[in-house]
Amino acid sequence: MDLGGINLVTLVASLMVASVPIMLAAIGELVVEKSGVLNLGVEGMMVMGAICGFIAAVATGSPVLGFVGGALGGAALAAIFALLTLGFLANQVATGLALTLFGLGLSSLLGQGYNGIKPPPTTALFGPLGEIPVIGPILLGHDWVVYVSILVVALVWWVLKSTRAGLIIRAVGESHDAAHALGYKVARIRLLCILFGGAMAGMGGAYVSLVRVPQWVDGITAGAGWIALAIVVFASWKPWRVLLGAYLFGGISVLQLRLQAAGSAIPVEYLSMAPYLITILVLVIMSSGRGRSALNAPAALGQNFHASR
Amino acid sequence: MLRLEKRPIPSRFWLYGTPVVAVILTMIFGGLLFALMGVNPFAVIKTIFWDPLFGEFAFYLRGQLLVKAGPLILIAIGLSLGFRAGIWNIGAEGQYIMGAIIGAAVGLAVFPTENRLIYPVMVLAGALGGWAWAMIPAILKTRFNTNEILVSLMLVYVAQTILAKASTGFLKNPEGMGFPGSRNFSSYPAAANPELIAGSGLHWGGVAAFVVAVAAWVLLSRHIIGFQIRLSGQAPRAARFAGVAPQKLVVLCMGLSGALAGLAGLFEVTGPAGQISIDFNVGYGFTAIIVAFLGRLNPLGIVLAGILMALTYVGGEMASTNLGLPSAAIQVFQGMLLFFLLALDLFTNYRLRFGLREIA
Repeated sequence: MDLGGINLVTLVASLMVASVPIMLAAIGELVVEKSGVLNLGVEGMMVMGAICGFIAAVATGSPVLGFVGGALGGAALAAIFALLTLGFLANQVATGLALTLFGLGLSSLLGQGYNGIKPPPTTALFGPLGEIPVIGPILLGHDWVVYVSILVVALVWWVLKSTRAGLIIRAVGESHDAAHALGYKVARIRLLCILFGGAMAGMGGAYVSLVRVPQWVDGITAGAGWIALAIVVFASWKPWRVLLGAYLFGGISVLQLRLQAAGSAIPVEYLSMAPYLITILVLVIMSSGRGRSALNAPAALGQNFHASR
Repeated sequence: MLRLEKRPIPSRFWLYGTPVVAVILTMIFGGLLFALMGVNPFAVIKTIFWDPLFGEFAFYLRGQLLVKAGPLILIAIGLSLGFRAGIWNIGAEGQYIMGAIIGAAVGLAVFPTENRLIYPVMVLAGALGGWAWAMIPAILKTRFNTNEILVSLMLVYVAQTILAKASTGFLKNPEGMGFPGSRNFSSYPAAANPELIAGSGLHWGGVAAFVVAVAAWVLLSRHIIGFQIRLSGQAPRAARFAGVAPQKLVVLCMGLSGALAGLAGLFEVTGPAGQISIDFNVGYGFTAIIVAFLGRLNPLGIVLAGILMALTYVGGEMASTNLGLPSAAIQVFQGMLLFFLLALDLFTNYRLRFGLREIA
């Protein structure tokens, strides 16, 4: 099954791996935005997760603890965002940008002396089962994070759709005043959602530095956080579409790398632009000719809440 | 019990006091950070904020201040117009790169012709390059309702790959022995942007920054467009009833900020940077966001904020060579400043009350 020098089975298998960071970050951000908060600091939280996960994994020798460290790093940065937007009622757009600038700086400060080190490897979960032709590499040959990321998407879908907690999160995101009048603690619910979003972004970042690359360089996430934000719009705030969007973008980035390796006629620079250009194209197609409500965006997205009574 | 109470009118003291308090808090917490890293915090703060102005090498460093402040002020003024109207152009870095590439390409195309008109044409081309790059998110927003934050940001990454291609491909110096990077403008007088007064650090970019600051002040406080910009930021619905066309405002604000970022890029590449190289841009487009907020989105405030931020750059470089402070620490320092600023903004519109809530 070769197509222009590219094996389809390995392509599918590697796009599943490539899409993990943006899928985790996007599903976390989806929950944040469903609660009515727009956190533009995904890139900063991812890169913090990348370095914290890397340091934790190198220090303990355990990749699992690395991912825990990554999630904690992302959540710690998200806590700053929560303090500023929920506590100090700061503008969410500006605070998110500040979070990204701060995260990029802090991560490169923390990462001093970690360049050129190899982290402990994250191995395939099912070992030799991955050797089975075709379905092996696609379904059984991955590390545990790939399966966890899909499980998280399923879990978020189930929680938002069928549980009381999901209903409350959606209520807070659609109308914080109504939710407050019903007696829900708007700030507390949003805080938990923001922390969850930060932890997921941090795990996604840790996947970049521990599995995808795997080493530490400054600004390692290279815009993946922004692509994750775009995927949430692409997904119309629906969890399963996040999975689809992440696979689409994972596929594009893998394909352009394969094309580079296969010595395609298109210059390397133009190929590496592809994920960003396609993000723009997808945003245009998704948003064209439709209002905010048709897009399914949470009604209170980006608005701060202050309980005057 | 602490609680917040909305002020009937915004506090004038906090409106102007916030940046000062934020700078002081950043010095304290930044000092703590430096102390944690094992560097003497007092020495670092002195190196960053005092030495560039009054220290031993101040005669040289004061000039560096203007070199760094020029592009920051130019870009931040453009961004502030949009931010005031709720139009978020985050991709100034990309517009800065594209302005530099287009402007430099025009100059290099006529190398080695000597003509007085070459530099003005390059300046125009630079502004046009930045403008065109900003028009992409602007038109996508007005025509297709696309989020301008994400599109302008994505275009930064695209601009960076174009820059890589320019410095290793279509703008590479043919006499450069195979090294990446374009011809150096310092050896091409008609297209160069030299220091205007020796030792001052003032080049055409600095002049442009001050002219633009005054123009922006006039626009915002004396012109109907400035009024419309402020109105749509503070009360979008009222603005629409008052006949402000939001689409036109998006195109205008994005275009202006793009053109100014492009100008900054061109002045930088023909002056201090000297050539198109793969990393001639040093993130001014992103730092300018901090400058815009630090200056309270006010043109004159932005001039002061730009100089202050330039101080942290120049002083930060000093601190990294003299005291071994990692250069990333300065980035953290700048990020902290923005955090404190955003947090303290609360006190402009709210007042902190102690005691239990009254029962109505």
